[in-house]
Amino acid sequence: MSIINSQLPETPPDDEDTYLERSAGSRRSRFTRHVLLCAIGVVMAYPLLWMISSSLKPSGIVFTDLALWPSTWDLSNYPRGWTALSEPFSVYLLNSFVIVTLSIVGNLFSCSLAAYGFARLKFAGRKLFFALMLGTLMLPGHVLLVPQYIVFAKLDWLNTYYPLLVPHFLATNAFYIFLMVQFMRALPTELDDAARIDGCGPFRTFWSIILPLSLPAFATTAIFTFISVWNEFFTPLLYLTDPQLYTVPLALRQFVDSDGQSQWGQMFAMSFVSLAPVIGFFIAGQKYLVRGIATTGLK
Amino acid sequence: MSVSSDASTRAGTPTPPRVDGVTAASIRARKKLRNDRAGYLFLLPWFLGMLFMVVPFFASLYLAFTDYNLLNPPGWIGLENFRTMLGDAKLHQSLKVTFVYSFVSVPLSLAVALGVAMILNRGIRGLPVYRAVFYLPSLLGGSVAVVLLWRYIFGLDGVVNQFLGWVGVEGPGWTSDPQYALTTLIILHIWTFGSPMVIFLAGLRQIPALYYEAAAIDGANRFQQFRSVTLPLLSPIIFFNLIQSLIASFQTFTQSFVMSNGTGQPADSTLFYNLYLYQKGFTEFDMGYASAMAWVLLVIIALLTGLNFVAARYWVFYDN
Repeated sequence: MSIINSQLPETPPDDEDTYLERSAGSRRSRFTRHVLLCAIGVVMAYPLLWMISSSLKPSGIVFTDLALWPSTWDLSNYPRGWTALSEPFSVYLLNSFVIVTLSIVGNLFSCSLAAYGFARLKFAGRKLFFALMLGTLMLPGHVLLVPQYIVFAKLDWLNTYYPLLVPHFLATNAFYIFLMVQFMRALPTELDDAARIDGCGPFRTFWSIILPLSLPAFATTAIFTFISVWNEFFTPLLYLTDPQLYTVPLALRQFVDSDGQSQWGQMFAMSFVSLAPVIGFFIAGQKYLVRGIATTGLK
Repeated sequence: MSVSSDASTRAGTPTPPRVDGVTAASIRARKKLRNDRAGYLFLLPWFLGMLFMVVPFFASLYLAFTDYNLLNPPGWIGLENFRTMLGDAKLHQSLKVTFVYSFVSVPLSLAVALGVAMILNRGIRGLPVYRAVFYLPSLLGGSVAVVLLWRYIFGLDGVVNQFLGWVGVEGPGWTSDPQYALTTLIILHIWTFGSPMVIFLAGLRQIPALYYEAAAIDGANRFQQFRSVTLPLLSPIIFFNLIQSLIASFQTFTQSFVMSNGTGQPADSTLFYNLYLYQKGFTEFDMGYASAMAWVLLVIIALLTGLNFVAARYWVFYDN
């Protein structure tokens, strides 16, 4: 197994060590760099911190109290925001959660099959199909919008989750296929040969050999799918009109319609609730995210 | 491989027919067929997905030449949709908004991304923390929550104007003044520089330190090193980021929709092309016109991308 491990593409040396090793410049220039980076960091983080802090203040002082640490606390924004819209916020969270989970399953299933086909099997037309797949990477999705909407309307799928889910089960996101192809290609072909000699067909080889070794690529795909589907606004806006089916982003938008001052604190509270899972996934899966965009330029 | 197995496949040696009439050639053909079948089976979901992209692709081209409102069958009207577009002032406005947004925000955010990546690449303690703080916003930038947040940060009494007030500047109505509304969204785009930054960082680490040492020995200062070592070796990655960001920014939707509550106001200053397309196609249900708009944008994006590929010959450097 040591041979396999040494050939895996996902073993960059630990960041911190190599960077420390190459740490360059005089003490003063290093200090300047830290000051500069901290300043940028504060600007980057301030909006999010302000949102969290505003969610803990009474709505009346959100725009007068600039301090990040609230002078007056108001935790009631959370329970009141939770029930401020036509449905309790848990309904939207659950809807989003169901859609995200099924989308991840669909992407992992369909993209890994396609990726294995492209990366490890030989068949007539493979190069052509692969080029076609890469071509769809650059195809702007808005061109397909109208006809796809018509198809879904004719199928009577408006106001259901099918338009949001089915495309994920059909490997329509070429980025994930490409990511997995890159990963699988780097696995040694001797593995397939050995499996064949042991009597494995392509399906068995995929299931028992390639799939377990590709788990890091699966993790990257899952995390990216989670974040993009969780944030997705356009597709649900287009297809869902029944508030009971709304996802979290659609629900949040309702706070704008009821733009009253009394709701600011509640709106920021629910905004934070909606971002928290993304931030959580980011912290948990940072390694896979950074590796994923570094190898494919995803997002 | 052993000698004996080589001998049986040596060219020119006739393969003896087997007893049951199965030749090596037919075995190979059958094996190939089986391989083909396995490959197609694995690609089955993808084939269906392609069908679901290729057919709509051509269908929307057809619809672009029709008048269609989802209720009556599409009626062929030739170039009428495109003729209407020529005189549609709102469409011209939306093109202007989209072009200004893309051509300002993409270069700016890539420049910031490259600059910060270079500072990080010089080696610094706490790199993972910095990278996380810079990268996180790019995951949140397209979410409704953050665009909502932006509306209030840049509101008339918002945080930004209060800060400006401290330094004696009277801030404008960022979201209500047509002159500034788009600027607000450009700033939001720059705030999400983290994802190109991570790609740049990965690219910078690929450049051998040897090149910089050689350049330093030859007396190149830091700026010259950047121009003659970093830029050429990083140019394929810059090019890749540029193409991806441009294509994405031309399709901006959520930001304009949430910022203006779907209207493109004030004074159509945030009426992005795709927002107008959405209004035409899915609130007025003028689907023929929306398809024509979609194809015009596709052609614009294709031309820009093609132009970029031509220009790339003069500035993108491939090591191999």
